[in-house]
Amino acid sequence: MTKADIAHQIAQATGLTQTDTAAAVDGFIEAVSMALEQGEHVEIRGFGTFKVVERAARKGRNPRAGTRIDIPPRKAPTFKPSREIRDRINRDRQHPG
Amino acid sequence: MTKADIVRLIAQDSGLTKTDTTAVVDGFIEAVIDALERGEHIEIRGFGTFKVVERAARTGRNPRTGAEVKITSRKAPVFKASRELRGRVENGKKRGDNKNALWPEEKAA
Repeated sequence: MTKADIAHQIAQATGLTQTDTAAAVDGFIEAVSMALEQGEHVEIRGFGTFKVVERAARKGRNPRAGTRIDIPPRKAPTFKPSREIRDRINRDRQHPG
Repeated sequence: MTKADIVRLIAQDSGLTKTDTTAVVDGFIEAVIDALERGEHIEIRGFGTFKVVERAARTGRNPRTGAEVKITSRKAPVFKASRELRGRVENGKKRGDNKNALWPEEKAA
């Protein structure tokens, strides 16, 4: 499933035009990206939280050459799904929680 | 930042009403969850991919009592950020840096 599929589905459900729907979906993605870029976290109730975490520096290995390399600390965007979505995804299980 | 903040930004920029914008944002989130429930993955170009992975059963421990507990196998939703998003986060812009910003307040800053 892609963004286009989702925009199409939303346009049908809401009666909004494809153009307006696509603009709002793009705006949503851009707003989340921009917040993360600025180091802010984004909390979407019932869905989850996007935030930036610091990854510590570590020693790595170039898998091709086998040489040791220093990997500097970095910031990584992460998503923590809400309990609600974790439960919904496991709904078919006997003991999800 | 919350969904309400995002809706306000999108409505300002697109000229859509907050009601319509909220409907689209809620529809988007619901569509992603629905697809994950069906076990499908969702790829958003330039942002990332949502998918469901299987977590193996394991033995855990109740942190309060120290008692061992069996944790059954389960499915977990995961998000893998695109290379583009990872790059943007790594380079971390401050408000006002981005000349191509989508949001007027960004351009003005």
